[in-house]
Amino acid sequence: MGRVFLLGDDVDTDQLAPGQHMRSGIEAIAAHCLEAVRPDFAAGVCQGDVIVAGRNFGAGSSREQAAEALKHLGIAGVVAQSFAGIFYRNAINLGLPVLVAQTIDGIADGDHCVLDVDAAALTVGGSEIALEPIPDNLRRLLDDGGLVSHLKQRFAETRR
Amino acid sequence: MSGATLAQKIIARAAGREAAVPGEVVTADVDLAMIHDSGGPRRVEPILRQLGVGLWDTSKVVLISDHFVPGDTDEGARILRMTRDWALERGVEFHDGEGICHVVLPERGHLKPGMLVVGGDSHSPTGGAFGAYMFGVGATEMAGVLATGEIWLKVPETIMIEWRGLLGPGVLAKDIMLALCGRLGMDGGGYQAVEYVGEAITALSMQERMTLSNMAAELGAQAGLIAPDTKTYAFLRAAGAHMTEETSLRTDPGAALGAHHVFDASALAPQVAAPHSPANAMAVCEAPRTSLDLAYIGACTGAKYDDLKNAAAILKGRALASGMTLLVAPASRQDQARAAQDGIMGVFEDAGARLLPNACGICAGYGTDRLAAGSRCISSTARNFKGRMGDPSAEVWLASPFTVAASAVAGEIVDPRDYLTEREIA
Repeated sequence: MGRVFLLGDDVDTDQLAPGQHMRSGIEAIAAHCLEAVRPDFAAGVCQGDVIVAGRNFGAGSSREQAAEALKHLGIAGVVAQSFAGIFYRNAINLGLPVLVAQTIDGIADGDHCVLDVDAAALTVGGSEIALEPIPDNLRRLLDDGGLVSHLKQRFAETRR
Repeated sequence: MSGATLAQKIIARAAGREAAVPGEVVTADVDLAMIHDSGGPRRVEPILRQLGVGLWDTSKVVLISDHFVPGDTDEGARILRMTRDWALERGVEFHDGEGICHVVLPERGHLKPGMLVVGGDSHSPTGGAFGAYMFGVGATEMAGVLATGEIWLKVPETIMIEWRGLLGPGVLAKDIMLALCGRLGMDGGGYQAVEYVGEAITALSMQERMTLSNMAAELGAQAGLIAPDTKTYAFLRAAGAHMTEETSLRTDPGAALGAHHVFDASALAPQVAAPHSPANAMAVCEAPRTSLDLAYIGACTGAKYDDLKNAAAILKGRALASGMTLLVAPASRQDQARAAQDGIMGVFEDAGARLLPNACGICAGYGTDRLAAGSRCISSTARNFKGRMGDPSAEVWLASPFTVAASAVAGEIVDPRDYLTEREIA
């Protein structure tokens, strides 16, 4: 069980991983995640919480610390109406579930929720919202724990 | 099938297939991988070590330092040193402090039409100006490319963007892109391939075309292509690239498109985008009266030789408005040297501009040069997100080099055409 952090459209990677902290490790970047738009986020987020957002989540830079920071803070996954392409790939590569919802109407900030990646569903206050399943090729990456684990297995097989 | 798009042709070739059908997931061989100091060695080396592998092909990797240059923080300096050591250890071609990766890569002859290129930076679509299918990825995905030489793609649809007629005096490629961001939105590209065509595009210089492809990122496209023509091959040959001209590298007339937008270039007015999104674009004449304290000519988007030349055409013989600071960060050492030879750097000096290193500078917001709380800046860069270039309360207005220069003279946002009427436009 987690809570919903509700965000708007075009949440960008500069907000998720601010430039002046990019020289630091993920701990420091995560501490400033979303600071410019939601100053209470990094301190308030708990393991299992879910971000629910509008269109084009993760717009902007290719810095994967944007997805890594969310994972580091314990976010169970991001549900959005759409994702920016590079962020979407980065999230899957780092093992952060990202799922598309046709609509986020009726979901409020702070709602209790459960994200079920296998069933592609978000349960909010007793009602279940169907999400678009993650495509098969990416689901395998995610199930392997991200791209690095996936490649480790691939190289181990070819060496055998 | 009634023909293929330029994007389909490049991807099919790289994936070793007869055809690439939009929507299908393919694995392609990478012709070139470009990395920089931020997402490069410091991020990929630990992954390569975990995997216990080296680079798939050292000759197909180019490393360029630009994000932490000039090393004005202890951590930044340490990252740059690690980057240099890595280049030596791994035997990778390294351009250190020579400029921003997207500008240095083609100017050193690394790009060729028809290539499939992966870049560790979101403005990698810039390579599309040379007819290469180039797109940005994060560091983990790049590590995978460096280890395997492969990457997966979902074959994109092509969104054809046609500009008929010619741009009027005082209107630049940047104005086209701001207008498109306003019209189509920051997700209008839908992670598909954008292709720019039409008389106005053909008439543009290669560096102006680079501005179009560069800001395909702000449309949310994966790539921003322009089919190669005689200008493309002439530019790349002068940069030292060896290649034969391939007339088939273009979208076939009957190819199925995801969308086809047509615009009238002659009707386009200079644009500005209000804080905090490139999609907040409007004609300069419709912008609210906005006083400024800072003007920035910088970044891969807005400080190439042509951008510097255009800004200088307005600044020549004029003084900055009282209280105005003008910062200029030429996009590459080579462009700066050429601008110095042509008297362009002298114009900036005479105007009292402060010169910054050939690097990402304030646009990336990584270093010590940042916008102070409450400052209001007009910038030739691509992104004006809240807090990106400095304090979240700072305002950034995006505009062309002409409009930035004219506004620096006026002390407020103005239409550059009023400053060009008295002189020839170079």
